Order: sequence, then structure tokens, then C-alpha cells
Amino acid sequence: MSTPKLLEVEDLRVTYRTAGGDLPAVRGVHLTVDKGQTLGVAGESGCGKTSVASAILRLLPPGARATGRVLLQGEDVLAMNWGRLRAVRWSAAAIVFQGAMHALNPVRTIGRQIVEPILLHERGVGARAARKRAAGLLEQVGVPSWRLRSYPHELSGGQRQRVMIAMALACAPDLIIADEPTTALDVMVQAQVLDLLRGLVRERGLGLVLISHDLAVLADVCDRVAVMYAGRVVEEGPGHRLFTDAVHPYARALAAAFPTIGDPASRLAPHGLPGDPPDPRGLPTGCPFHPRCAAAVERCRTEDVLLRPAAPDRSAACVHIGTEAVAP
Amino acid sequence: MALPATQRLAETAPAAEPPGRGRRRAALTPRYVLGKVLASAVTLAFVVVVNFFLFRVLPGDPAKAFSPRGRNADPQRLVQIRRDLGLGLPWHEQFWAYVKALAHGNLGTSWGQKQSVVSAIGDRLWPTVLLSGTALLVSAALGMWLGARTGWRYGSPFDRLSSGVSIALYSTPEWLIGLVLLTTVTGTAFPSGGMTDPRSTLPGAVDVAWHLVLPCLCLVLVYIAEYSLIMRSSMLDERHAEYLTTARAKGLRDDLVMRRHAWPNALLPSTTLFFLSLGFVVSGAITVETVFSWPGLGRLTYDALRGPDVPLLQGLFLTFSAGVILMNLVADLLYPLLDPRVRAA
Repeated sequence: MSTPKLLEVEDLRVTYRTAGGDLPAVRGVHLTVDKGQTLGVAGESGCGKTSVASAILRLLPPGARATGRVLLQGEDVLAMNWGRLRAVRWSAAAIVFQGAMHALNPVRTIGRQIVEPILLHERGVGARAARKRAAGLLEQVGVPSWRLRSYPHELSGGQRQRVMIAMALACAPDLIIADEPTTALDVMVQAQVLDLLRGLVRERGLGLVLISHDLAVLADVCDRVAVMYAGRVVEEGPGHRLFTDAVHPYARALAAAFPTIGDPASRLAPHGLPGDPPDPRGLPTGCPFHPRCAAAVERCRTEDVLLRPAAPDRSAACVHIGTEAVAP
Repeated sequence: MALPATQRLAETAPAAEPPGRGRRRAALTPRYVLGKVLASAVTLAFVVVVNFFLFRVLPGDPAKAFSPRGRNADPQRLVQIRRDLGLGLPWHEQFWAYVKALAHGNLGTSWGQKQSVVSAIGDRLWPTVLLSGTALLVSAALGMWLGARTGWRYGSPFDRLSSGVSIALYSTPEWLIGLVLLTTVTGTAFPSGGMTDPRSTLPGAVDVAWHLVLPCLCLVLVYIAEYSLIMRSSMLDERHAEYLTTARAKGLRDDLVMRRHAWPNALLPSTTLFFLSLGFVVSGAITVETVFSWPGLGRLTYDALRGPDVPLLQGLFLTFSAGVILMNLVADLLYPLLDPRVRAA
């Protein structure tokens, strides 16, 4: 067999136990990322993006159960014992969390927080060497190294997000999971942070899982994009193709929600999608998207569709695939 | 070849701030300290005024209490006493005399103790600081430890037991706990009252410590609940903080996540409580000192109240207020060292 892929998620299911019954947030997701590759995961709030991200390092809250397989360099994270899991966390895969304001500890300096995983995972690296590496990482992400002595509240939002990225690089992991890394940032800073991530993938050959609700951003940055709806991937394919001509009606609606820069027509007529994502506790029968779908037909009410090949290198979960009858 | 993306980015990043501002900002600026000291001084001045007039508007005739024959005193004798005490003077003159004396460190003469108020308070200060201070340190340390553990393991049997006991103790009056302790340990190794025993063969300090056990235990049982419950609730607030997920994602063990990340954040409310209570170290525990005949300020207050020994009470109240104000000042000055965010404010 060839060497295992960097990350292979197979039939991942995440269920939260709540007072109102079991909540299936992720219902059988398959994802693959290799070194030097960027995979985007898109979808509305509540579609299960963050649950997937958390499940990769088993960071789900206590009431959640994850099944399936999360193969990190061939080793199943979901089957690891605690000691092995702790060793793998941050050294094999690190996470850049959404909204770095709360993801950094407010009463510890940036320096101590970056140095912490280095000292934890790398025996034989002294405090001084770790600090030196942290300074280098900060410079690399465009934050002056004297900021090591600063506290998170003394930094701007963009700087905090860069600090998060520097921290994620501390133990030189092969995989970085970035969960909405640019959501709270203004457009300029957002572009800088995305540039930074893109550069890291290219220079270090990292694998990157980029999670965002912004399909336009993902299409721009990612090799491949998976669009999630109600806990499942409904369309998967090359990033730019997914944005310009999506197959699945939901992916198409998501793409249409972002005006194309330079195209006045799309700016004047942005297409929203009426309705809200369904409550995972009471999913509609058949295709979970059918109540909001403009192209829904009778079959959609009864037939639950799984991903099927839609074109070379692309797949989508819609009954219309291969029938030519995809509504415009 | 083009520059690596990250390097290019470093150049387009927001201009670095001048290095001078990069120096770790002094935790306490002179401005901050001066502001807090001034505020405390103003508060203290206010307390002096209120304290003075409070005793002048209280009902009751101090002269009657002061007279050896109490309520049946000879009216002429009462007039004489009032004149001696300066009670006949207009209020503003009394106040001026009081402030002048205060400025010289003179709080007047106690009516009941036949000594100056300053020396009466000075004699009793140390036993109270010893008792309340020890109780406070022990209960804060134990309570914070207990609260952190129970909050972190919310809902565990240990948590339910500890919280139940804490709430029960918190709602029990201290005199009741004192009486229970007194009745259950009578005749056992620990003395039930006083601070020293002249018949004791133990060295002085050990003898005092021996006498300290029961009153201190009584206070700890009352105080500890406060610390453990507050620490527990701040731990509950922090328990789901996102930076803890970051800490877990780094691969830290659960106990390290708690000690290094959750604890320092959850500590802040308990620290405030600790310094507020430090102010009350001086006022001590009036009931506990009375129950255990501990010769401290609390007992002194109890005795002064029975008089009423107005100058002594007035001095005691001023001392208690000054203690609270002073400790609040200390807390204000220490807080920026614990929470960097306060420095920015």
C-alpha cells in the first residue's frame, strides 16, 4: 500500500446528547486531505462544520459522541488512548480557532502561550530555545517579536489571529485545521490572514482544512471544497468550479449569496436563500434540503440521496444528478 | 524568485509600534496609585464625619450610662458628667475638637476601660488579627482549592457533597457553630476559652496556638463556604471558555488545563472577596470572640456596646472602617498584577 494520506475522515458521525433528545450534528462525512493540499468546508451556521473540526482532534464537549474513523497519517484518532491522543494533539495536527479573542488565555502572555506546546511536546528543548522559536514564529506571521510579552487584549483582532496561527505552527504539525479563522476580521486583514495561510501551505507543505461560511473565500484559497448541509457533504469538487458552477441547488444558492467582484449584475441582485437550516432533531424526510429547494420534485420528499459522481472529479448529493433536469 | 509569501506579508503587516511601547508596561503607574490613594483618603474623611455625627444622633443619654448609679443617677451629677464630657458644647465645636484630637492620634478616653481609646484598641488588636487572620488564610486557601476542584468536576459526588456541606455551614449562624463546638469538645484537649492559661506548662506561643484552635475552627467553618462557593461558581463560568479548548487541543493533561489556564482566570472573584474580607480581619468576629472569650476587638466591641462606651465605640468603628478602606486600597493596588486587563483600563 502507498503511504497513508495526511487526513482521511471516513463516515464520521457526531451526535450530541441534549435534553431534547439526540442531536445528530454530523451524519456520515468523508473527507481527505493530503500534504500541501487545502480543503475547504463550507456551509451555513449549524450545518456541522465546527463539529467536524472538533472531532478530528476529539475536542468535542463531553455530551457528544463521535463514530466512524478519523485517520491521521493512518492512525485512527477516535480509537487512540488518552496518552497517545495528547501526544498527537498539536504536534501532528493543530487548530486555529474561530475568534481568537476568546481562544487565547486573557491572563497569560502571548509568549507563554506559544511556548507552552513546545515545552510540552518536545523533550530536550529548553525554555530559552522555545522562546527563541516563538519569536521567530511571530516574526514569520508578521507580528513583531516583542509582542511575546504582550497580553491578548493588547493586540488587534488581526494580530491575535496571527498569534493563533503562530501558535498552531509551534510544533511544526503536518495538518492545520482553521475554523473560521477570518470571520471576525475586516476585509483587508482577512485577505492578509488568508495569504499567510496560503503561503504556509505552499512553503511548508502543510495540509490545511479551512472551514468557513464564505464560499467565495474558500473557492479562492482551496484546492477542493466540500459544501455541508444538515450534517452531510452535499457537494464536493475543485474550489473554483464549485463557486462558478455548482451542481447541487444548495451549493449554488450558497455561491449566489456572495456577489461576484466586478460583476454589477450579481451585486445588484444577490440571491439569498429563504428559510433556515433544519433542526437536526427533526430532519425532513428524503433530501433534508427539499423544503428550501427551488428544484425540488416529488422524489425529493421520499428519497434520501447520497453523494454520487456528478462530473469528472466532482460529486454531489441530488436526485437531479445525471438526469439533466437540474432546474436553472 | 519571489519572496516567500510569509515574508512579504510581514512587510505589509501593520507597521510595528515604536519599540518604547513594547516594553512591558509597568503594572502600576504612579497615576494609578495616586488616584487610588486619594480616593481612599476621601472615603476615610467621609467616614470620620459620618462616624462622629452617627453617635450624636443616636438616642439615649450617655451620661446616664456613664454614671455609676445608672438610670437612677442624681440629676445634678448628670449635668456635671455632661459638662465633663464636653456634651454641652455646640455640635460644630465638638466636631472640631474631635478632628483636632484625631489629628494628634488621640481618640479620647474610654469611659468604661479607664484608659485611652488608642491603648485599649492597641491592646486588643493583635489577638484579633491573629484569630481572624489565621482563620481567613486557612479558609481562603482551603476554600479556593475545594471550589476549584468541585467546579471543575461539576456534578460529581464530591461536588455534590462539598456543595451541600458548604451551603449548610454558610447558612448556620456562627454562634451556633461556636456553641456546638463548645459543647462537643468540652473536657477534651482543646481549651474552650481565653487566649492563654497561666497554669499551662506549654511555652507561650504554643499555648496561644492551642487556645486558637477552637475559635479559629469555628470561623473557618463559616468562611470556607463563601470561598468554596464563589470559587466553584467562577470555575463553572470558566469551564466552557474557548481558551480551555485551545489548551486541550495543545495536548495538556486535564489537571494542567485546570491549574494553568482555568484557575488563574477563575481566581479573580475570590481574590476580590479575600481582600474585602481582609478589611474585616480588624473588626474580627464579634460573636465568635464573645463565645470563646477571646480577648480581641470583637470582645471589646461587645463590652463597649453594653455601656455604651461612646468614645471607645467611636474609636472602634473608625478603626474597623479604616481597616476596610486600607485593605480595599491594597486590593486595588494588587489587582493589576493579577489581571493584566485591569492595567489597560
